[in-house]
Amino acid sequence: MAEPFLSIQHVRKSFGATTVVEDFNLDVEPGEFVSFLGPSGCGKTTVLRMVAGFEEPSAGKIVVAGKDITRLKPNQRNVGMVFQAYALFPNLTVAQNIGFGLRVAGMPRADIDARVAEMLDMIKLPQMADHYPYQLSGGQQQRIALARAIAPKPKLLLLDEPLSALDAKVRVSLREEIRSIQKKLGITTIFVTHDQEEALSISDRIAVMYGGKAEQVGTPFEIYNRPATKFVANFVGTLNVLEGKVTDAASGTVQVNTQEVSLKGKLNGSKSGDMLSLALRPEAISLGRQPGRDSSLSGEISEVHFLGSVIRVRVGIGGNTVSLDTFNSPATPPPAVGEKAEISFSSSDMLVLH
Amino acid sequence: MKAGKFWAWIVFILGAAYFFIPLIATIEFSLRMRRGVYSFDAYKVVLGDSQFQTTFMYSVIVAVFTILLGVLIVVPTAYWIRLRLPQLRPVVEFITLLPLVIPAIVIVFGYIRMYGSNSPLPFLSNNTATNALLVIGYAALALPYMYRAVDTGLRTIDVRTLTEAAQILGAGWGTIVTRVILPNVLIAVLSGAFLTFAIVIGEFTMASLLNRPAFGPYLQNLVANRAYEPAALSIIAFVITWGCMSLIQVLSRFAPKSANRPN
Ligand SMILES: Nc1ncnc2c1ncn2[C@@H]1O[C@H](COP(=O)(O)OP(=O)(O)O)[C@@H](O)[C@H]1O
Ligand SMILES: [Mg+2]
Repeated sequence: MAEPFLSIQHVRKSFGATTVVEDFNLDVEPGEFVSFLGPSGCGKTTVLRMVAGFEEPSAGKIVVAGKDITRLKPNQRNVGMVFQAYALFPNLTVAQNIGFGLRVAGMPRADIDARVAEMLDMIKLPQMADHYPYQLSGGQQQRIALARAIAPKPKLLLLDEPLSALDAKVRVSLREEIRSIQKKLGITTIFVTHDQEEALSISDRIAVMYGGKAEQVGTPFEIYNRPATKFVANFVGTLNVLEGKVTDAASGTVQVNTQEVSLKGKLNGSKSGDMLSLALRPEAISLGRQPGRDSSLSGEISEVHFLGSVIRVRVGIGGNTVSLDTFNSPATPPPAVGEKAEISFSSSDMLVLH
Repeated sequence: MKAGKFWAWIVFILGAAYFFIPLIATIEFSLRMRRGVYSFDAYKVVLGDSQFQTTFMYSVIVAVFTILLGVLIVVPTAYWIRLRLPQLRPVVEFITLLPLVIPAIVIVFGYIRMYGSNSPLPFLSNNTATNALLVIGYAALALPYMYRAVDTGLRTIDVRTLTEAAQILGAGWGTIVTRVILPNVLIAVLSGAFLTFAIVIGEFTMASLLNRPAFGPYLQNLVANRAYEPAALSIIAFVITWGCMSLIQVLSRFAPKSANRPN
């Protein structure tokens, strides 16, 4: 790994007696786009605000480009930030908003104008220069907030749920726009969200947070396919959880309901008689026996939802219910509720949650 | 429905009568200085009086300084309370209400004890210092109105987020207050300013006891000794007040609109 550009080391934050962030560690490489993903109240904003300088860590330190910035004031950090609530200055035009940081820095007027024009082109709103914030849609306001944050060429860009107030369509197009601008400028970015799809689709790496800690840090692929904890597995994506009991630890045999599956080499340390949670992504399961899938369980179809191109089927296996998706095919009618069914999967896709 | 409308009109007419009859009567009376015909003689006398002009100008200047001092004290205070010390708001509100409870005469006697010619700080023997003390006293009198107006203005903007947005862009406190906070509460500040203006123009107790050539004592003197001129003066004061009110209305059209609306 290259020298980290941003390094958050053993950071803790308490408000009075309650500890909101605990031993948070993260290294971010130059130009990397890292998302903080987690449920509301898990401390994402608090970590971001410590990086911005709005909160002082109770312990630990924050280093940017080799320099300890833990005690610097926000206005000395050269960090750009986009807030959840549109925080544009209502009394200033779009151009004045974007130029605000440059004016504060004492840049000559002509240079400010040039940079503002460049920023307006970047966010594709050059015709809006003289509008006031109240005349703009939410999506436009957030693009301007982004331009305002980037205009002074900050070392670091922080975004705190910048899309959560927007409607779904704008949210998707704007997140792609943010990502492409970020890539073009190569600016190191932290993006806070509680939306897993958002995090998975645009991040280089994701830090999944829970209860003030980073549960797992990894690429979207790793987070989704190899969740390190039960929380991560449950929070990211849809997950089918089966309760199982180890019957033979040596051969890796686990009993689910009354049926057995073999999980060779995945039990790491469980003893015979232990209870386990086994998890499967819906896309790792097929209906009926399929070539190349080494395990199967039989049950009964409990629900069928026709969603167009896919059909979501729920299968009851003893006390467990498993969701899976099959593609719609015009030639074959969907399965019916109450039918006996067999599901198959590869034991290597099975996640063992501890 | 119909009956409701009927009673609404009755109430409206009664209210309007309560407001307009004394006004019309005063106007009518102020026009009767010349025997037998209506004329503007009373207005001519008042406006032509050199004492009217000098005392009015004096009070206007005092009002301007009072407003500046009030803005300088109240805007940063109300802003800081909202941003960092919200738990202190009830306390500060109580303090700003004190001038409504404590008579102005108390402040004046305090001044005389504190700054009189026999005291270690004999500011009252100096003309400029006395003017300054008058301005400070007026700023205290206007505090309830100024603070309330500004605080209400601050409620309409997201003080914390705007402050943080400015901070992260490199702004210090001076820049934040003058370029972000003040412009966004300007209309509120203006309405506070006009209320301050109205108070200062008519104030009698302080000006009189500190022996200042202000408009209030002049007014008092006129009312005690003349018949028609006070009526004319009331109408002039009324026009000035309403002029101020309309100005607030006009200016509020140019107020920055809140951007915090869903799309
Ligand atoms: N200034 C504060 N004082 C006290 N508690 C706070 C403060 N800021 C945040 N918290 C608490 O810290 C926890 C984490 O908050 P936050 O970082 O905003 O979560 P997230 O952004 O992940 O939703 C919450 O329980 C919140 O109530
Ligand atoms: Mg948050």
